[in-house]
Amino acid sequence: MNTQKVDVMPEAGSASPDAEQPRKSMTGAQVLVECLKREGVEVMFGYPGGAVLPIYDALFDSNIRHILTRHEQGAIHAAEGYARVTGRPGVVLATSGPGATNLVTGIADAHMDSTPLVVFTGQVPTDMIGTDAFQEADILGITMPITKHSYQVRDARDIPRVVREAFHIASTGRPGPVLVDVPKNVSNQMVEFEWPEEVSIRGYNPTYDPNPAQVARVMEAIRQSRRPLLYIGGGVIHSGASEELRKFVHRTGIPVVSTLMGLGAFPSDDPLFVGMLGMHGTFAANRAVMECDLLIAVGARFDDRVTGKLERFSPKSKKVHIDIDPAEIGKNVAVDLPLVGDVKRALQAMLPEAEPVDTREWLAQIRRWDAQWPLSYKKEPGVLKPQQVIEMICEATAGDAVITTEVGQHQMWAALFYKFRRPRQWITSGGLGTMGYGFPAAMGAQLAAPDQRVICIAGDASFQMNIQELQTVAEHRLPVKVAIINNGYLGMVRQWQQLFYDRRYAESRISAPDFVRVAEAFGVRGIRAQTPEEAREAIREMLADPGPVVVDFVVPEEENVFPMVPPGAGTDEMIGRWDD
Amino acid sequence: MRRILAVLVNDQPGVLARVAGLFSRRGFNIESITVGAAEEPGLSRMTIVTSGDERTLEQIIKQLHKLVDVIKVNDLTDEPMVARELVLVKVTANAATRPEISHIIEPFRAAIVDVGRNSLVVQATGDIDKIDALIELLRPYGIKEIARTGITALLRGSLARVRV
Repeated sequence: MNTQKVDVMPEAGSASPDAEQPRKSMTGAQVLVECLKREGVEVMFGYPGGAVLPIYDALFDSNIRHILTRHEQGAIHAAEGYARVTGRPGVVLATSGPGATNLVTGIADAHMDSTPLVVFTGQVPTDMIGTDAFQEADILGITMPITKHSYQVRDARDIPRVVREAFHIASTGRPGPVLVDVPKNVSNQMVEFEWPEEVSIRGYNPTYDPNPAQVARVMEAIRQSRRPLLYIGGGVIHSGASEELRKFVHRTGIPVVSTLMGLGAFPSDDPLFVGMLGMHGTFAANRAVMECDLLIAVGARFDDRVTGKLERFSPKSKKVHIDIDPAEIGKNVAVDLPLVGDVKRALQAMLPEAEPVDTREWLAQIRRWDAQWPLSYKKEPGVLKPQQVIEMICEATAGDAVITTEVGQHQMWAALFYKFRRPRQWITSGGLGTMGYGFPAAMGAQLAAPDQRVICIAGDASFQMNIQELQTVAEHRLPVKVAIINNGYLGMVRQWQQLFYDRRYAESRISAPDFVRVAEAFGVRGIRAQTPEEAREAIREMLADPGPVVVDFVVPEEENVFPMVPPGAGTDEMIGRWDD
Repeated sequence: MRRILAVLVNDQPGVLARVAGLFSRRGFNIESITVGAAEEPGLSRMTIVTSGDERTLEQIIKQLHKLVDVIKVNDLTDEPMVARELVLVKVTANAATRPEISHIIEPFRAAIVDVGRNSLVVQATGDIDKIDALIELLRPYGIKEIARTGITALLRGSLARVRV
């Protein structure tokens, strides 16, 4: 390894690159760190090890803030949280072998939810690749199906181009994770730094502008519809199209249903917001999907948790699909009018032609459904209900906190009972359904938005999956709040066992440590609440505390998430509290 | 139905794995795949023979386009094109059957490229149907081994649509 220190290059954002200065030799690792600066990276997440020692050595001299997590999975979910709050790629660095394989779940998660990530992994030296060397794993091969693209750098002179392309691919078009594998000898290779001014990738040209003729056809379909419905998804948030969407909805009067990933893209307190659709969607939202005559999907992908049984999905509607990924169009559901392009630009193109649609009767119908089967739960005196905890948190934060979740019942309750008002406020693992996501994601979200309240709504089982990150939170005094909805079960598994497996609770009962004492052992404040009164007080204290807090909300064991579309059923076959 | 796709890709390490992996993980079928250098340095042309209904084929083409190393995808099936495959067949042969085999393969414009004491190797090129027919004709003599390259294909020139 080289011992000679080399002057670092000018900071990112400083005037044009140093074309005038004589070029100096740098190590590949130094080139890499310089590239990160030029890409505007301020915070990254990672864990050192043998194969990335040169990169960590170069980082030691930089002003990029590196967050050392306690497990690589914590690092990558934190990077996802960071990316989801900022809209910019989250950056991760891990060593070869186990360091790299520990990232796999996070890469898959980001791929499913279109989260921009640039993931750097160390690799054994090029002449040892393929020899089953110590800490060697074929991470490129392992992650091929779950990355948007990937690189293995074989020559340090390629690093600047590869890094530029990686950030470009991760953050443009339909965003996603890009992996860059860097063999150790490449990190040590001495090269001259050369920054490519432009990125040009021949095989990568996302379509941003929608076809005008197709826009006209969509607008005509809207004019002719009597029961139109907008079905919005995470793509609205990725493309930053919330404002355009709001205008479009208000100009046309078309009601809105949202996927899990789309929550926050349209304010949930707007009278035209019907609710979340799908397996745990509201009755009115799913009914509206069944009865609409025009369904306009905007940045959504007709996921099976949205459609239920495909043959019964929205049978009366003509379907419009606006998406930047042409491969999503017609993948699950036949579409009558595809509109390929960036959601923001599509809505901008549609806005000048948008005029009011007479939806009065349609809206009245939707409101009747909602009044008949509203989202509800049974309150009992002295008993703390999980839905109530979410409502209390929503009220205490005025619906303005950044909410991350783990996966399961608590996630659905948070989606249904927290009233989201703005995009990038809701950070959850939708496609992959990754338990252990929410707590590290909250750390990343907090680093991305230091002035905002970040609350992780967790389950008692999910929180145990990455509980080690309490140390990271404690070390950096990140004021993340963890609200554990503790029912002593893998609640969603238990719910399915109750409903579909005759209450045979196979391995869904799960014990947990005393979360209050665990938190305290990490130097984090812990509070327990077992009644509505205690919960109210605990939330007040949690929010008043300037540091991290874990609150253990002890709730009844057998509470279920309703309404629910049973697996394999149509969205018109919901079960819910009205069946009690 | 059978479809023939011509896929222009970057000649990068792993590009075959990306394409083949895409087919396997999305449950698409590959009947054959051939790869070789294309006309432009740095690019390779793959010819993939696959099958599926219209919707599957549409997904295959769209998913291929999503790969960054894929430059261009053409469905040649319904286009004027030339599709050829090369086959080597090692068939049992003795002094008595050799002339007969030689006679049989003649209309196929096939050649005997190796003669052994108990066998000979027949080489032929043509489209899938022709190769299949040749193999069926040779089968009664006893086929020891077959090596087929899979189809490689090109669009015909726009003026020359005469089948040769």
